[in-house]
Amino acid sequence: MTSPQTETLSGAQIVVRLLERQGVRRLAGIPGGPILPFYDALSQSTLIEHVLARHEQGAGFMAQGMARVTGEVAVCVSSSGPGATNLLTAIADAKLDSIPLVAITGQVSSALIGTDAFQEVDTYGLTIPITKHNFLVGSTVELLDVIPRAFRLAASGRPGPVVVDIPKDVLLQRIEISIWPAPGVADSAPAPDAELVATAAAMINAAERPILYLGGGVVHSGASSLAVELAEKASLPSVMTLMALGAMPVDHALSLGMLGMHGARCTNLAMDECDLLIAVGARFDDRATGKVAAFCPQAKIIHIDIDPSELDKIKTAHVGIRGDVKAVLDVLVAQVSARLRQTWLSRVAELKADHPLRMPGIEDPRSHYGLIRAVADCLDDEATIATDVGQHQMWVAQAYPLRRPRQWLTSGGLGTMGFGLPAAIGAALAEPQRTVVCFSGDGSILMNIQEFATAAEEEANVKVVLMNNYSLGLVFQQQTMFYGERIFASKFKGVPDFIKVAEGFGWQTLDLDQADDPVAALGKALASRGPMLIHASIDRREQVLPMVAPGAANKDMIGG
Amino acid sequence: MNSITRSETRALAHTVLELDVNNHAGVMAHVVGMFSRRAYNVEGILCMPVGDGATSRIWLTVNEDARLDQMVKQIEKLEDVLAVRRHGAEHEVFERLEEFFR
Ligand SMILES: Cc1ncc(C[n+]2csc(CCOP(=O)(O)OP(=O)(O)O)c2C)c(N)n1
Repeated sequence: MTSPQTETLSGAQIVVRLLERQGVRRLAGIPGGPILPFYDALSQSTLIEHVLARHEQGAGFMAQGMARVTGEVAVCVSSSGPGATNLLTAIADAKLDSIPLVAITGQVSSALIGTDAFQEVDTYGLTIPITKHNFLVGSTVELLDVIPRAFRLAASGRPGPVVVDIPKDVLLQRIEISIWPAPGVADSAPAPDAELVATAAAMINAAERPILYLGGGVVHSGASSLAVELAEKASLPSVMTLMALGAMPVDHALSLGMLGMHGARCTNLAMDECDLLIAVGARFDDRATGKVAAFCPQAKIIHIDIDPSELDKIKTAHVGIRGDVKAVLDVLVAQVSARLRQTWLSRVAELKADHPLRMPGIEDPRSHYGLIRAVADCLDDEATIATDVGQHQMWVAQAYPLRRPRQWLTSGGLGTMGFGLPAAIGAALAEPQRTVVCFSGDGSILMNIQEFATAAEEEANVKVVLMNNYSLGLVFQQQTMFYGERIFASKFKGVPDFIKVAEGFGWQTLDLDQADDPVAALGKALASRGPMLIHASIDRREQVLPMVAPGAANKDMIGG
Repeated sequence: MNSITRSETRALAHTVLELDVNNHAGVMAHVVGMFSRRAYNVEGILCMPVGDGATSRIWLTVNEDARLDQMVKQIEKLEDVLAVRRHGAEHEVFERLEEFFR
């Protein structure tokens, strides 16, 4: 049927239009053969800005940075074959941290699929285990269904990545189109079971030593302030997973900070004593629980999660509530009674006083903790903090005063070195008014160093604080602690001159090692606009402490 | 499979799973991948389109294992899986097929 509004458009133009209608205003990617029709159509878009990454993994993490700070579905694009395989790590990372992402990959023409054509790879098969869902688009008209669905799936329930693999002929084929589908939006979550919520409220009211255990789901569902309200009303000491940092300000009176492998002793000891654990949007990850059988051994468990497969997966809950965390907390807050819990709170205060997180050197900006503190002192809560993976990541998780949900970007589940810089760039482009600081290590930064070029090109307001210990520090620490000090393949013999490298990419630089007044120099560098590398040498023998040895119980911590 | 392992396998309790799924090229890979990546063996598998062919039914027979509840929850989450039903090992669908495997 032709009507006055009928247009004849190529598949590529349809994808661009659908992305525009979805509200996408920025995406990251790298062009190449089969995706070129899409790029040709994108060049005509006045609404969507393209960020040209220098490696597809960088594009994937930039999209993640955008999604993590905004909570909206973000998009990355690659060509077929090596373009798509380069995206895989960023997609897998998004799966484990539940980040809403739509990855659009070009594919060889339908007729060539299965012939080992140039740059053909089975993107569909490769991405099955690392996505929420994936599509190999069979025809141009299917795009009208698949693209909005991809957005709906990425955003619905527990968020996650969706791959849309589009053969070149599907992008080139022109079809007539007169009616556009509605943009894909998140399905509303099923209402929580009222009876279960009432039982949970009664359990909280009856508990003597409850602890609130907040996970990344609290941030994803926008429930942080409700979680704080619940904690305050029922006097619940609260712990956060790595992914939840910022959900409750760390300096809140009820906060016990991060739990688990590198949490404070007081935090893990309090959990050891609790009689009720209220897990909210958390998944009992092994880095959080330590030896599961010894995790909160005296506690009954209330587990609230939007993903039913998380309930009873690791620990059987006494009450498992499937639902959007925000919706559940909303009801729960109203049903719990206000209590002071003086005995329990004073016991927790005692544990805090006796077993605090020890951060030696916190006053010295040339030490690891001191540098993190000095950076924090130069900034306010509007700053966004990203990390790479390693010791520096754990030190920042321990020492940075995170106070705002979506302030904190870190690769939690996959623990991907190379995450930090591109994620920080994506965050800075999505929220240009903020200063984005990426703490990195000399190992991690090299894993996506090429994105220095993207940051310079985009003038992204990113400050990389490079904590250079001339080694793969966390590996060095593990070999020191658990492998009889047999240090192997973790000490770098050749280390690049990072200042020169950054300058070569057009970055401003500050070498704190050379600064007479490091605090003043830091303040100036962080206040400047645009990409800036701040380099600081760190003693390689410094360790992340305390630590729960892999497989050990959380109460048996080493050091600290 | 030799006769010893075959009879050993039979000694384990089986569960028969019945899945309604969308009928397209990738569905089977999604379903069996869920098992294979957990090193969870699927003992028997059967799939045919139903009705107009828009959907298919997949029958699986699997060993009963502590992981089965989690498996079923994971399968239920798959976008192309419309429903999952659990049956006991006595379900006749695989029994009737036996004659093709003699
Ligand atoms: C892509 C990837 N490869 C390997 C690892 C294993 N790994 C974890 S931490 C680490 C060392 C990180 O070194 P660096 O970035 O310098 O940080 P540091 O620990 O020194 O602070 C390694 C190799 C990983 N997490 N990610």
